[in-house]
Amino acid sequence: MKKKASSRQISEFIWGWLFIIPTMTGLIILNIYPMIDTIRQSFYKTGDFGKGNVFVGLSNYKKVLGDAEVWQALWNTVKYALVEVPFSIVIALVLAVLLNKKLKGRSVFRTIFFLPMVVAPAAVAMIWKWLYNSNFGLINNVLGIKVNWISDPNIAIYSIAVIGIWSGIGYNLVLFLAGLQEVPRDYYEAASLDGANSFQLMINITVPLISPTIFFVLVTRIIGALQVFDLIYMMIDLNNPAWKKTESMVYLFYKYSFQQSKKGYGATVVVVLLAVIMVITAIQLVGQKKWVHYE
Amino acid sequence: MNNTISKILVYFFLVAVSVIMLVPFVWMILTAFKTVGETTQVEPFVIVPKVWQTQNFTNVVKTMDFMRLYANTLVMIGFRILCAVITASLSGYAFARLEFKGKNIMFAIVLFQMMIPVQIFIIPQYVMASKLHLTNTALGLLFPGFVTAFGTFLLRQTFMQFPKDLEEAARLDGCNIPETFLFVMAPLTRSSMVALGIFTAVFAYKDLMWPMIVCPDNKATTLASALAKMNGQYSQKYPELMMAALISCVPMIIIYIFFQKQFIEGVTTSGGKL
Repeated sequence: MKKKASSRQISEFIWGWLFIIPTMTGLIILNIYPMIDTIRQSFYKTGDFGKGNVFVGLSNYKKVLGDAEVWQALWNTVKYALVEVPFSIVIALVLAVLLNKKLKGRSVFRTIFFLPMVVAPAAVAMIWKWLYNSNFGLINNVLGIKVNWISDPNIAIYSIAVIGIWSGIGYNLVLFLAGLQEVPRDYYEAASLDGANSFQLMINITVPLISPTIFFVLVTRIIGALQVFDLIYMMIDLNNPAWKKTESMVYLFYKYSFQQSKKGYGATVVVVLLAVIMVITAIQLVGQKKWVHYE
Repeated sequence: MNNTISKILVYFFLVAVSVIMLVPFVWMILTAFKTVGETTQVEPFVIVPKVWQTQNFTNVVKTMDFMRLYANTLVMIGFRILCAVITASLSGYAFARLEFKGKNIMFAIVLFQMMIPVQIFIIPQYVMASKLHLTNTALGLLFPGFVTAFGTFLLRQTFMQFPKDLEEAARLDGCNIPETFLFVMAPLTRSSMVALGIFTAVFAYKDLMWPMIVCPDNKATTLASALAKMNGQYSQKYPELMMAALISCVPMIIIYIFFQKQFIEGVTTSGGKL
């Protein structure tokens, strides 16, 4: 026998839906539909002015997979991530361990380390472009060297990754500090009584204990790094000899979709990027069992 | 003895990192007050400007309407915060505290959206915005920010923490669901709302691609996107470029220094995409 819904259940049903309708309508119109539409567009060739789009099946994907520029962009993006992610995590982790102790001036250091987080990447890129300037830049003149930081195709992407590290440390640091607060102090005391030095403490106690936080930072950082755009867009103009070796996947997407009006091809590039991100994230989710310890 | 050495080493490391963090800002400020000549001279290399050139400020403000850019950016941030806090509180409450059919599948959509890179939405969002004639308008800047999956998730987590008795008590006092939400539960989430507000503000302020495509006109766009344009045009006038960068980041830095605690809480609770 079906129980008749109580008036409380009916009112929870009505108000529940009324409360979520604004958000759900927005998400469906602004995110779910656009996602499906982007995937749909990746099967079309964008028509010229006045002409409609032409269904081309998988040919955009075939073209993308055979396009040397796309592969180069993917490789540039991966190179960027391979430098930015590990360095920003390791440096932030060391800083977090140091700042977690009682220390004079702790809040001043924290304020300084977090500062780059609130500056728009557009401004950050302008400042660093000037620091990197090969003739008049601070770095070359103070060190007395002459390196073309952002126009030498062999090193430009790493120079940009350094900016990514510089602006990303603060964010990682906040999360690590929050993770460290949940680690009970007795662990450290017991270990230092056993004569462990600070390096051993960090590797054997701290890292395993906050491995869930490290994992979270790693996953989100990699996703973020694979979407790098602002820094590259601001640093590299089309006259730069290094642009082919620095343009990222999202940069390529932007170029095709909004500068060259090849939205179909742009959509394909971003769907490929989505697939890459999903595969890498899935690998990490499987691999975490080996090193992440949940209590 | 050993202890003192390790303490010195720690401070040395912290100070070294601080210097690396601060040098770009200091160099921006110093350059912003130099003459073009001083910036393009190598022997001797000029560190501190001989005369602090306020002329750069006047020039930049003349070529770029900063008041307007601040206003555009502020309006966008203000409306995005308002929309985010209202819609996310409502939906976060419903997902955390009410039982209704279809809830789980709707919540799955919220979680799903959080995992997808934003670029995948941008082409259709842009097409919609231009069909609605929102290009180069304030509404256009706001457009993708009407609702927030991340905010919904954040507030749901907050509402989940409170004990059930609170609502029971309110119900016994004769409050219906909207009254319970409005007068009993929502006021308790104030700090999460502040965190969401700060997060929304920083994210909106830093975003570059959306304002660049939906509001290419300097009269309608945000600070970040106007800076990007200027970066392309004045590539040789470093003092003016640095002055523009300085003008654009000073307000945010001041706000950050005041709201540091809430800001850090915001990042911590959000994890998300800063």
